[in-house]
Amino acid sequence: MNDLAARSALTPPRRRHGLGWWLAIAAVAVALVLLPFLVKNYRVFQFNLVLVYAIAVLGLNMLTGYNGQISLGHGAFYAIGGYAAAVLMERAGLPYGATLPVAALLCFVLGFLMGFPALRLGGHYLALATLALALAVPQLLKHKAIEGWTGGVQGIVLTKPEPPFTLRLFGQSLNADRWLYFVTLAVGALMFLLAWNLLRGRVGRALIAIRDHPIAAAAMGINLPLYKSLTFGVSAAFTGVAGALGAVVVAFVSPDSYGSFLSITILVGVVIGGLASIPGAIFGAIFIQYVPNLADEISKSAPWAIYGIFLIVFMYLMPGGVMGILRKAWARWRVGAAAAPPSPAAPQGEHRP
Amino acid sequence: MEAFLHQVFSGLANGCIYGSVALALVMIYQATHHLNFAQGEMATFSTFIAWALIQRGWPYWAAFALTVGLSFAAGLLIQRIILRPIERAPVLTNVIVFIGLLVIFNSLAGWLFDHTVKAFPSPFPQNSILATRWFSAHEMGSFLVMMAVLALLYAFFRFTPVGLAMRAAALNPESARLVGIRVSWMLAMGWGLAAAIGAIAGMMVAPSVFLDPNMMAGILLYGFAAALLGGIDNPLAAVAGGLIVGVLENLLGAYVIGTELKLTVALVLIVGTLTLRPNGLFGKQVVTRV
Amino acid sequence: MNRKQFTFAAAAVALAFAAPAGAQKKYDPGADDKEIKIGAIHPYSGPASAYGTIGKAIGAYFAKVNDEGGVNGRKIKYIPLDDGYNPAKTVEMARKLVEEDEALLVFNPLGTASNTAIQKYLNQKKVPQLFVATGATKWGDPKNFPWTMGWQPAYQSEAKIFAAHILETKPNAKIAVLFQNDDYGKDYLKGFEDGLGDKAKGMIVAKISYEVTDPTVDSQMLSLKASGADTFFNITTPKFAALAIKKAAEIGWKPTHYLNSVSASVGSVLTPAGVDNAVGIYTASYLKDPTDPQFQKGKEWDDWLGWMKKYNAAGDIKDVNNVYGYTAAQGLVQVLKQCGDNLTRENVMKQAASLDLTLPMLLPGVVVKTSADDFYPLEREMLARFDGKTWVLQGKVYGR
Repeated sequence: MNDLAARSALTPPRRRHGLGWWLAIAAVAVALVLLPFLVKNYRVFQFNLVLVYAIAVLGLNMLTGYNGQISLGHGAFYAIGGYAAAVLMERAGLPYGATLPVAALLCFVLGFLMGFPALRLGGHYLALATLALALAVPQLLKHKAIEGWTGGVQGIVLTKPEPPFTLRLFGQSLNADRWLYFVTLAVGALMFLLAWNLLRGRVGRALIAIRDHPIAAAAMGINLPLYKSLTFGVSAAFTGVAGALGAVVVAFVSPDSYGSFLSITILVGVVIGGLASIPGAIFGAIFIQYVPNLADEISKSAPWAIYGIFLIVFMYLMPGGVMGILRKAWARWRVGAAAAPPSPAAPQGEHRP
Repeated sequence: MEAFLHQVFSGLANGCIYGSVALALVMIYQATHHLNFAQGEMATFSTFIAWALIQRGWPYWAAFALTVGLSFAAGLLIQRIILRPIERAPVLTNVIVFIGLLVIFNSLAGWLFDHTVKAFPSPFPQNSILATRWFSAHEMGSFLVMMAVLALLYAFFRFTPVGLAMRAAALNPESARLVGIRVSWMLAMGWGLAAAIGAIAGMMVAPSVFLDPNMMAGILLYGFAAALLGGIDNPLAAVAGGLIVGVLENLLGAYVIGTELKLTVALVLIVGTLTLRPNGLFGKQVVTRV
Repeated sequence: MNRKQFTFAAAAVALAFAAPAGAQKKYDPGADDKEIKIGAIHPYSGPASAYGTIGKAIGAYFAKVNDEGGVNGRKIKYIPLDDGYNPAKTVEMARKLVEEDEALLVFNPLGTASNTAIQKYLNQKKVPQLFVATGATKWGDPKNFPWTMGWQPAYQSEAKIFAAHILETKPNAKIAVLFQNDDYGKDYLKGFEDGLGDKAKGMIVAKISYEVTDPTVDSQMLSLKASGADTFFNITTPKFAALAIKKAAEIGWKPTHYLNSVSASVGSVLTPAGVDNAVGIYTASYLKDPTDPQFQKGKEWDDWLGWMKKYNAAGDIKDVNNVYGYTAAQGLVQVLKQCGDNLTRENVMKQAASLDLTLPMLLPGVVVKTSADDFYPLEREMLARFDGKTWVLQGKVYGR
């Protein structure tokens, strides 16, 4: 199979986007801009959390979905990003915008270093190693040696940034939460664009090759250790940025906010949204933010049992996540056109080299 | 010196706890090649059932036997009803379902039996002949129970046709089917066995740590670490792994790094060991062919 | 009409308008003629789920109040939310209560970190953060946080009681401390060390922490025994208190044992640990323990037992968390009663800062007392010693 065929098998052909497409995009953009002014503050706060989680889920998806390295420890990077923001803002007086690149860089380095043991460990062993990381980070954050910076067990209260200008729409003013909505939306869009750019070209194909056929990939000349460690680093950086934004949105960090369940929750978001999918991150984030609240409404006495049932039902109906179902529906809709190429997210087994 | 020995033996006793959970995890892994994250909560739920029976006046061993039986049946049913439909789905889909089971069992236990701490009786009275200077009667007793379970498992897998069939089904399902083994039922039995072992582990652990819905939350991680340290496919190694983790944790906390960081350091050491020996201390080297 | 008559008429008209103003009802969001919305945040899931009992008890008490006609003719609408002991979730729940459910106030949020996370927000929004369920010392700060008020005796004051008792009775004691490695544990420890003053360094021979995720505290107890201490200050939450007491007995360590009030429940701590192992333990109490036979009679007991059976039947009679919830709810109802028809948030805080009463399940001598610069409603405690059946009060009432 020559290179051209291989490339076309993995990348959907470039479509000319018609006017309808661009109008739809514009409509969505306008809706997103107006949305915070149409609802109460509390909802805007929840939207902010969804956007933050989406970035975190995207980060993990890069590692687990595209590259097949399971991580039960991304909560650790989320925590480090959050604390980086808190410490820099409250102790060093940096503006919140500047904390994002620092969080990204710090988490990239840590993630990259984490890549080294990850090279030797696979599957369950890597899961344990990353879970260990998730458990170690809150312990380290509490330690009295760095209490002066981290606030120890008490945590750090952040000052929510005020919007730099005033604005009123539909009777609601642009307050801190709404301003943060636009900030997280902008950062989120940027991160998604970055991820899309990174993953659609050679890099994305290399990651998928490493996931599905590591030995063949190495034989083809892909530098496995470098790619795997870099992926870990980038994935951690994304989640770190999410953590920093999360800290600003919630305006509080403490070791209790970053337990091991957070890492598991992010993984849930990845699988529910759809492995190896960028837009899936949004659906995953919506799930992990809203379904616990929904479960609480349904049953006050055993809400998490309801949440568990939701998880199981979702996995039955959509084993490939939300994007899995959407892709199938989209493919069926296009069945009339030329045979749709297999998507890069097809699980191992459907994909013959 | 005496204090040091006390720490070591206390670590061994704790290690028994971790080892018994590790045993259940290895059991499921051997049968299904999946790590069941819900193992701890299932064990806790089984222990609650035993507790409820004892509260109603059942004698200990009768409650024990019924609980183990019910847990076996429940494990079997869970595999047949909940897990079978997604057998072919990607690994992570299964993982999410395990997580779902975890939260369901935890939540149900809290709802049905409330969240206060309960004492669970030990079948080994404090002054029986089992008590030694370094180990309490219960600690000795639960160690012996675990060894007995291990021996029974070994005998089952080695010498009975069903055990052989289960091993075949896990190792090579396609060939096993060709020979006439009902692979699905073997998987279900594997789950049943693991649930039963989990129940035994829970009932052995509860007298030492008290029974509440979050009883296994901390222990599961250690069990996980122990199972992987020993080598995920080897039950005896899992128990050994548990003992090592128990002693390591105690000694680190008491003498090396203090209790605030002992979990971190213990985990770092375990992960470091795994990096050097990626299949566990006693695991078999797995060679992949292109 | 002439000038005099005009003045009279004007005065009469003015009076006519002024009079109803005094009897006018004033409401803030969450209150109206029919009902008062009370929001509460407790951990019903997660590592601290045992404290969900408090939230349930509070709801059960409000149900009783509603059955009896409500407060000043208004029913209480109770909005209990679960934060799973995760401060990020507490922030979300607090915002929900204020912005979506529009509750009048946030009642009895539990946990130091959880309350720290929402303190700034609630004070900014001028919503009462009333009777928080934590003894951290920082909640009584009306100057900086006028909308936040504590409830139970501060951990540091309680620890000072123990320290004072040790200095009185055993000035050469060698003390070992076991504490939970979080805000609560460290707060108690600080109070204890402050209470001992300069003698702290000499007297405390070992202080070891544990994490909530630890399965046992066996190793810590062994180390504490090995330190040679003859006095033990036990700063643990219920499950770990029971483990510590049991282990101490198992390894044959019999120090003079001081247990923090958080874990002083006979039903949920001493019974699982083994009541024989707990004989001689000291604690400080402010609530009547429901297993104490000396309190199991009289109107207060009958009321409480009747309420448990009718409204909180799923609750454990031996669990002092139910007494806690009952009493805290009574405190709130008193505040609401005092508000009368002026149910603004400002008035709620004003009334909360003007309390001087006793409540039926508080120990005799313990009062609920607040003022404009005293935001600690409960400050008094009594030392008590366990005799194998119940806590025997030692008579002296400590605290302001």
